[in-house]
Amino acid sequence: MARFIARRLVGMVFVLFAISVIVFLIFNVIPNSDPAARIAGKNANPELISRVEEDFGFSDPLPVQYAKTMKQIFTGELISYSSRQNVDEQIWKGVPVTMSLCIGAALIWMSFAICFGYLSAVRAGMFTDRALTILALIGISMPVFWLAAILLYYLSFKVQLFPTGDYVKLTEDPADWVYHLLLPWLTLSVLFIGFYSRVLRSNMLDVMNEDYVRTARAKGLSERQVRIRHVLRNSLIPIITLFGLDFGAVVGGGAILTETVYNLPGVGLYAGQAIGSLDLPPLMAVTMFGAFFIVLFNTIVDIVYAYLDPRIRLGTAAA
Amino acid sequence: MASKPYAEPSIPGEVAPAGQIEPSEPPVPGGLKAEEIEGRSPWYLAYLRLRRNRVALAFGALFIALVLFCLAAPLWANLVADTGPNENHITDTITIGGKETDVVSPEGTPIGPGLHGKYLLGADQNGRDVMVRLMYGGRTSIYIGVMAAFVTTLLAVVIGLAAGYFRGWTDSVLSRVLDVIWAFPVLLLGIALGTALAVGGLKLGPIQIAGDSLWITILIIGLVYVPYMARPIRGEVLALREKEFVEAAVSQGKGSLRIMFSELLPNIVSTIIVFFTLNIANNMLLESALSFLGAGVRPPNSSWGTMIADGYQAIYTAPHLTIIPGLMIVLTVLSLNVFGDGLRDALDPRAKIRLEH
Repeated sequence: MARFIARRLVGMVFVLFAISVIVFLIFNVIPNSDPAARIAGKNANPELISRVEEDFGFSDPLPVQYAKTMKQIFTGELISYSSRQNVDEQIWKGVPVTMSLCIGAALIWMSFAICFGYLSAVRAGMFTDRALTILALIGISMPVFWLAAILLYYLSFKVQLFPTGDYVKLTEDPADWVYHLLLPWLTLSVLFIGFYSRVLRSNMLDVMNEDYVRTARAKGLSERQVRIRHVLRNSLIPIITLFGLDFGAVVGGGAILTETVYNLPGVGLYAGQAIGSLDLPPLMAVTMFGAFFIVLFNTIVDIVYAYLDPRIRLGTAAA
Repeated sequence: MASKPYAEPSIPGEVAPAGQIEPSEPPVPGGLKAEEIEGRSPWYLAYLRLRRNRVALAFGALFIALVLFCLAAPLWANLVADTGPNENHITDTITIGGKETDVVSPEGTPIGPGLHGKYLLGADQNGRDVMVRLMYGGRTSIYIGVMAAFVTTLLAVVIGLAAGYFRGWTDSVLSRVLDVIWAFPVLLLGIALGTALAVGGLKLGPIQIAGDSLWITILIIGLVYVPYMARPIRGEVLALREKEFVEAAVSQGKGSLRIMFSELLPNIVSTIIVFFTLNIANNMLLESALSFLGAGVRPPNSSWGTMIADGYQAIYTAPHLTIIPGLMIVLTVLSLNVFGDGLRDALDPRAKIRLEH
């Protein structure tokens, strides 16, 4: 186990380093324009540009620039050039909002996906299955921001069931917190409900042909017990692997669109607003932290898995 | 896995239904007095399976209809609407039911959809004809989706073949590179590249692309989805590499490139076709998201995504500007997803090809 963790951590450090280099290259080397003018933003005056040039040291060799940029990001010295605010502080301010959105959405998408997937598999080929399959396909074919806009228009503006965006802190008023987040949660869940329920359905249909399911029936368990205790439980394993990957991805950047449309002041909205003003430092930091979060989260998931299932750590060690 | 008497490598995982002779094989020599059996290629069998799937065919036809609809843009613009996609008509009026009506009301609200030839789907805040813009915007959206799918497929096939065929350090290096790209959230990587490249365009040696070119968006979208396609292709090639026909090719003295492209590639074509179809759908969703956030298609070009971005500003007064382009995206992406699923079932009924989001 210790060897597995060590191997996994070394791999993680390598990926984190590669990510930081790529992010640095994207924002500092690939673009074909004066970097100082670019970072200074759209309406920069020459004075600001020369200041940026000095701050970032664009005349330094690349490795020195890289080290400088990393130091700025990780010591919280990175300053946004259009709003002149500290980037790291702004990001930390957004984290509770993004987490509220993502955790709530994750709970919703997992419960719905399991219900729908289970129903679909149990009624395979029948009307329920077909209807759910169509719904799932529509769900994965919708642009999230469009769905958000449509729900906002019909349910908040026309019918006035929900508030039109904005965020209330959990510590201020838990009921209002839920009320303001319900629509964003549902919006963010739709894609994943569609995707997961289809994966679960096909997993369950595969598992139903396994020998141990026949054994369970043969020893006289009721159909319901066989389905839930044997088929469903074993079909959930790949779903949970997927969940680990997707939850990391949603927190690390997938919630930008939902936050933008519902005006939730999370990390995603911060990044979304930076695009409009071509303000690169916030985007650079959000991209870096997003990718870092995903890698860290995946490493933890892998280690927990290896702890729970010895086959994984032995398999990886042998390979 | 039961070994088959006639190794037919064209479709991995293909199992002939009971009583059917493996396709494109000569009739069983000796023994059985079989009647003349028509040779049927795996492609023909796949076609037969696809033909039975009415739903998939209907949605395939829907996609073709949508493409034709967008291709007909100049016809509609010249013959019916009599205006271009970027022509403003803020101060114009049209006659509806004998009454003069402003295209854009003094308060700034444009007319909505209605059966009045010009402005069939209403106008936007600048008095531009939504129907005309929808058809031209669709061309951009579908063009980007298809071209980006070509970019992804080309890169993924080359990387997957090289990693799976050479194995060893080639595989290690390529897999690590894929791992790193894969660690980025797709949307965030697209945004980062989109904003960084928007200002000055791309300049890589002899290649120069302007910042507002569609090819910036195409290359970005093409790049971010490479790991999602290259990884499964690599896996498939790794498995095929162990098969006897590769050994036979090596023993005949065929070169690596020859083996990769004329022995291994034909065996993964069915996977590639399915991935390609589903990839177009994902590309179109990503394009619309990037354009909505302002990191995708840039003026003077417009796509369904930018139409929603513009229309969303006025969603409470003119919801049709948001709803209509979005519906077109849903229809196109849905048609590709359903047809792609049908293709997968037809080409490779037992394989688990999945393109993740």
